[in-house]
Amino acid sequence: MNDHIVKSYDAEFKELDRLTAHMGGLAEKLLADAFAALERRDPNLAAATIASDKSIDTLELQVQERAILMIAKRQPIANDLRHIMTVLKITSDLERIGDLAKNIAKRALAVSGEAHPKPLMNGLRHMTELAMRQLKDALDALSSRDAGKAREVWHRDAGLDALYNSVFRELLTYMMEDPRNIGLCTHLLFGAKNIERIGDHTTNIAENVLYLVDGVAMTEERPKGDDTSSMVMSARTS
Amino acid sequence: MDMSAATRMEAERSAPVTAQGLPAKVVARDVNVFYGEKHALKHVDVDIPDRGVTAFIGPSGCGKSTFLRCINRMNDTIASCKVTGKITIDNRDIYDPSLDVVQLRARVGMVFQKPNPFPKSIFDNVAYGPKIHGLARTKSELEAIVTASLEKAGLWSEVKDRLGDSGTGLSGGQQQRLCIARAIAVNPDVILMDEPCSALDPIATAKVETLIDELRANYCIIIVTHSMQQAARVSQRTAFFHLGTLVEEGPTERIFSTPRDQRTQDYITGRTG
Repeated sequence: MNDHIVKSYDAEFKELDRLTAHMGGLAEKLLADAFAALERRDPNLAAATIASDKSIDTLELQVQERAILMIAKRQPIANDLRHIMTVLKITSDLERIGDLAKNIAKRALAVSGEAHPKPLMNGLRHMTELAMRQLKDALDALSSRDAGKAREVWHRDAGLDALYNSVFRELLTYMMEDPRNIGLCTHLLFGAKNIERIGDHTTNIAENVLYLVDGVAMTEERPKGDDTSSMVMSARTS
Repeated sequence: MDMSAATRMEAERSAPVTAQGLPAKVVARDVNVFYGEKHALKHVDVDIPDRGVTAFIGPSGCGKSTFLRCINRMNDTIASCKVTGKITIDNRDIYDPSLDVVQLRARVGMVFQKPNPFPKSIFDNVAYGPKIHGLARTKSELEAIVTASLEKAGLWSEVKDRLGDSGTGLSGGQQQRLCIARAIAVNPDVILMDEPCSALDPIATAKVETLIDELRANYCIIIVTHSMQQAARVSQRTAFFHLGTLVEEGPTERIFSTPRDQRTQDYITGRTG
């Protein structure tokens, strides 16, 4: 891509991209820390994670202010306008990802006193790992303007949904086996749901990268794998 | 199917049609313009729809004004200028030697960058064209044409009490709308506008743009502009010229959101090409 004739315009775009990348990095760390706090039952890490969500919110506001100023000053069109609009949408997804991760950290605080049977965390760990990989790839696709990579992320979200289904079943089974598990499992279920939602926001980011690169809005139906809303399990009576 | 419908369909089939299915008013095929040795405009092919605004954009010296001036044969006035190729309006070749150029210029009105009212009264500025083309038989007919033209140009309410005042005494924006009234007084089909707002303040510009938007219901309007935002606001189709060639032409929305040619993208986003 050629440079703008007005050099300061390019500098503004660079700054916008730098802030977005910084937000992305913070969102990744927040998710990793939130899960670590949950798995290790570490209230200090959980509290620090909750506090660090504020930096993401602050960055989002900074991006928003700069983007509005750029629109007013430069009256961007074509790929420049797409660039600014996608950054606005992507940072709003990153802000939501931060919120959802913070929510996981809050649950880590709530369950920090309870004993976790180890296998209970396996499903959630897999989900977190997949969500982390998705987020990393989506952010890489953004920084390298890689439509192919964004498309891969978009297709892989169904895998995270499928994992969520199995975690959902698994946690329900634990609850049915022993009612003393219900408190903990409910928190973990919400945690799993939050990770699944993080996957959806990551897919939004991938869609926005595709729009940024190709200039065509993604209209294909997303591959969906989350069936938990229609899942029914009855407790065994025997 | 009745006979008239069949005839109409046949006529529509043979008439040039733009990509949107709109009837093409102005059709250019392989148009070249030379100023002496200089090949200023190269192999331009374009269909310009009726009842709409087409914007010509491009850097200075790209040939957009040259092409605009071909459409009412203004280039004939330049001795060293040679035009080849074919331009038709309503399927009639406008470079046909039997065609009356004065009549052509009545059908193809032009508005310039700098408002250029005659040093005459507001009334006479508008009445001049209808008079020389014999469009009014009586004084009252002439008055009706002047009133209607000033109304269409959105100027009537501002000047109705001082039609005898000099046209040059109006503000810049009013002068430009007076020139538009003068252009539409002779019932043109096509209105060419060469940077009509570049000498106007934002308020006068907004008024002229509103006027262009109203006029497009009845005329084929072609506007040359250096303001990308203006082209995006007022036109339905945009043509980008670069170094004498027509690089890309299409619906304005597409040109300004996802241009196909790198040169178009570089120009509209202000990049070095």
